[in-house]
Amino acid sequence: MNFENILSQFDIQGQCKKYGISIWQHPQFLFIVMGVVIIISALLTYTIGTKYINDPYTVALLVLILAVVLFIISTIITQSFERLAEASRMKSEFVSIVSHQLRSPLSNLKWSIELLMSGKINSISEKELEYYKILKENSDRMTELISDLLIVSKIETAKLPIKNSGFSLAELTEELINFFRPLIMASNIEVTFKPDKSLSKVFADPSQIRLVVENLLGNAIRYVKGKGAISIKLENVKNHTLFEIKDDGVGIPKEDQKFIFQKFFRSKNALRHQTQGSGLGLYIAKAIVEKSGGKIGFKSEENKGSTFWFTLPINKK
Amino acid sequence: MKKILFIEDESALQKTFGEVLGQAGYEVISALDGEIGLSLAKEKKPDLILLDLILPKLHGLEVLKGLKEVEETKDIPVIILTNLEGMAEIEKAIELGAKGYLVKAQYSLGEIVQKVRDILPE
Repeated sequence: MNFENILSQFDIQGQCKKYGISIWQHPQFLFIVMGVVIIISALLTYTIGTKYINDPYTVALLVLILAVVLFIISTIITQSFERLAEASRMKSEFVSIVSHQLRSPLSNLKWSIELLMSGKINSISEKELEYYKILKENSDRMTELISDLLIVSKIETAKLPIKNSGFSLAELTEELINFFRPLIMASNIEVTFKPDKSLSKVFADPSQIRLVVENLLGNAIRYVKGKGAISIKLENVKNHTLFEIKDDGVGIPKEDQKFIFQKFFRSKNALRHQTQGSGLGLYIAKAIVEKSGGKIGFKSEENKGSTFWFTLPINKK
Repeated sequence: MKKILFIEDESALQKTFGEVLGQAGYEVISALDGEIGLSLAKEKKPDLILLDLILPKLHGLEVLKGLKEVEETKDIPVIILTNLEGMAEIEKAIELGAKGYLVKAQYSLGEIVQKVRDILPE
C-alpha cells in the first residue's frame, strides 16, 4: 500500500458523503476520537493521580468516568460497523430479489421467442427470423447478466455453494473448447491445447471452476481480433495445477490493468472492440479461484495480447 | 396419449409449454396454483408433473410433500421447474423425492422437452 492509498483511507468526509452516513457514524473517525480520548485520559489520570495521590476515591472516580466514556464510544463504533454491514447485506439481498424477479419474465420471453423461431406456430420468413435472432440474443444477454449478478450477490453474502471434489481440469477445458467451437470457427481462431498426460486431478468445485474457464476462454476468443491464436497450457507446479491461457488479442492498456478484477470494470480496449459484457466475469473468476485456495493473475500488453493464469490445489485423495 | 400436469402460476409459460408439449405428443393439464395442482394430481393421475416452486396458495415444496404422502400420487415422477437455484431448495426437493430439478433460465425449450422425453417416452 503506498502513501496515497493510506491518505485516501482517511478521506473521512468524502466517505461519509459516499455512504450517506454522518461523521459520528464513521468508524475510522470514531477510532480517532477514541484514540484522542485515551491519550487525554492517560495524561489526566497521571496529572490528577499525582495531585490527589492521598485521595484514592477521586482517582478511582476519574478512572470510572473515563471507562464509561470509552465504553460509550466503543458501543457507537460497533453499532456503526453493524449499520454498514447491514447496508451491505441489504444491497446484496436487493440484487438477489430483483434478479430472481427478473428471471421469470425473461424465461417467458426467451421461450416464446424460441417457439416462434421454431416455425411450429407459423412459417416464418428469413427477415422475420433475423429479427427473432436479435430478440433471442438480447434476451440471452439479459439472462447472462442476471445470472452473473446472482453469483456476485452470493459471493458478497458468502452464500456461494462450494462442493469440492477431485476432477480433471484438462477434461473440463476440453469440454469448454468444444462448447465454444462454433464461435472459435466463426472468429477464425486457432486454439492449441495439449494437456500433459501425467497431470493430477484438482480439488475444487467443478461447476464453479467451469465458470472460471468459460470466462477466461470466452474473453480470449472475444478479444482476439480477426485471425488469431489462443494457446492453453496446464501443468503441475508443486502442489498446485497451473492453468494458463495466452491470446494475441487486443490486450489491456497499462492504466486499466490494476482495475481489471474489479466489479463492473470494463477496459477501454474492451469497450472499443466488444460492446457486450457486464464487467463481472473476472471479478467472479477471482472470487471463485481464491475461495478454492488458488491464485489468479495476468500479464498483458496493449495490441499484443494477454496471458491469464490461475492455480488450483491438487487433489490429494 | 401421456398426460403431464404443469403446475405454474405464469399463464404465459402455461401457454408456451402447452403448445410445445402438445406438439411433442403429450396432453397437458394446467394448474395455476399449488392447491389446484395437488387436487388435479389426485383427480387426473398424470404420468408426469412439472412443478414450479414459488406458487400462490401452496409452495411447490409443500405440493411435492403432499404428492409423496398420498398412495395414489406418490409414484408420479415430479420435475421441479423453477428459477430458484439455492442449494437449500435443490437439496430439499431431491430429499422429498423430485426426479429432477431444472433452473428455467439455464435451459432452452427444446432441452426441457428432451428432459421430459427422457423420463416419459411417448
